[in-house]
Amino acid sequence: MTVPFNPIDWSVQPPYLHPAYKSTVRRSPTRTLVPLPQSLSELTGPVYGHSDVGELDHDLTRNAVRTGEPLGERILVNGRLLDDRGHPIPNALVEVWQANAAGRYMHKVDQHDAPLDPNFYGAGRVLTNANGEYQFTTIRPGAYPWGNHPNAWRPSHIHFSVFGTSFLQRLVTQMYFPGDPLIPLDPIYNGIPDEAARQSLISVYDHDLTQPGWALGYRFDIVVCGPYQTPFE
Amino acid sequence: MTLTQTPSQTVGPYFRIGLIYDETQSDLVQEKTAGFRILISGTVYDGDGQPVPDAMIEIWQPDANGIYSHPADPLYAQADTHFRGFGRAENLHEGQFTFHTIKPGSRDGQAPYINVNVFARGMLIHALTRIYFADEAANANDPVLTSVPADRRHTLLATRDDSTIPPTYRFDIHMQGDNETVFFDPQPGGHCTL
Ligand SMILES: [Fe+3]
Repeated sequence: MTVPFNPIDWSVQPPYLHPAYKSTVRRSPTRTLVPLPQSLSELTGPVYGHSDVGELDHDLTRNAVRTGEPLGERILVNGRLLDDRGHPIPNALVEVWQANAAGRYMHKVDQHDAPLDPNFYGAGRVLTNANGEYQFTTIRPGAYPWGNHPNAWRPSHIHFSVFGTSFLQRLVTQMYFPGDPLIPLDPIYNGIPDEAARQSLISVYDHDLTQPGWALGYRFDIVVCGPYQTPFE
Repeated sequence: MTLTQTPSQTVGPYFRIGLIYDETQSDLVQEKTAGFRILISGTVYDGDGQPVPDAMIEIWQPDANGIYSHPADPLYAQADTHFRGFGRAENLHEGQFTFHTIKPGSRDGQAPYINVNVFARGMLIHALTRIYFADEAANANDPVLTSVPADRRHTLLATRDDSTIPPTYRFDIHMQGDNETVFFDPQPGGHCTL
């Protein structure tokens, strides 16, 4: 018998419609979600192995070098993938993508007047280890402007995509940096209805992770739904 | 729950860098994969009826016998080793997403279906829907399909077009409007065990 999972917790997840983030207005479902009894199709998901991930995929400072090292502040991002019962999730795929140090994406749609870095592409992936831990080496991304409202700027962020072990645990989110003054002004961040949940997207500076003479360390744990627990358990 | 679930944030406009890095992700079929080849094509539309130029679609499905390539499936040992069942594609500007896959099998008399997650700029969290096949007799008694209000059921049905080789099942996704696609919120404790 397949174990059911806790449902998506809508008290911490952002709603589809959040008018301050203008693009949600015409892209948000307007009808109530239809409840669906969880079935094997939601409780299973793609299984990944080491052959899916290349040796340098986790190191964004090395996986796209052409003429030299990428510019910017070198950082390590380390964290654990857990379910909401606190169990680590091993062998799960974690994908990231981000702007370069100047706040520019290597993407044809990004026309921000900031330089591309020929040695930085901005994508990585890694499998969590037996303890559910992952680590990336990268460059701290720059803030960038966007068209949502006058003088709108996204705080520095790294996009994260995680799979867990089932389609139900699928999560795409963004990691922010502590002390960034743009965070409280950001409609995407503020779309999250709960203050503690919002703050869980801000990574924590970790001096023990920081490597002397090399790179600053930030910690970012990610929690997806876990085995179902009745309210009385 | 002992820990708070991490909140979702939008994939934004630049997900191609990190997620659509490999065109083969929309082709689920290998030479030795068992089953009937199909294409699944569609367009994601916004509330103005305009194609969404920066949406990403993920699909997850069982093999030709209805078995998921995942250890939680009791029949995992019999799963087709040449079929993983996961695919990713983008809704290109003015265009459509297309997957090359096989028609999924089904078990216990349920109608066959494919799970779909929709991501886009302008969506703070993805939305889950399902592709059912309009030409399946089992649809009439399927417990999930019949739980959906009758006037919205058609939004889950992909229609077959035999003018392509292999045949195409057309599945458009409407975020809003008269034909707004049914999106689901999976809940524990139901009686659907498969
Ligand atoms: Fe971004």
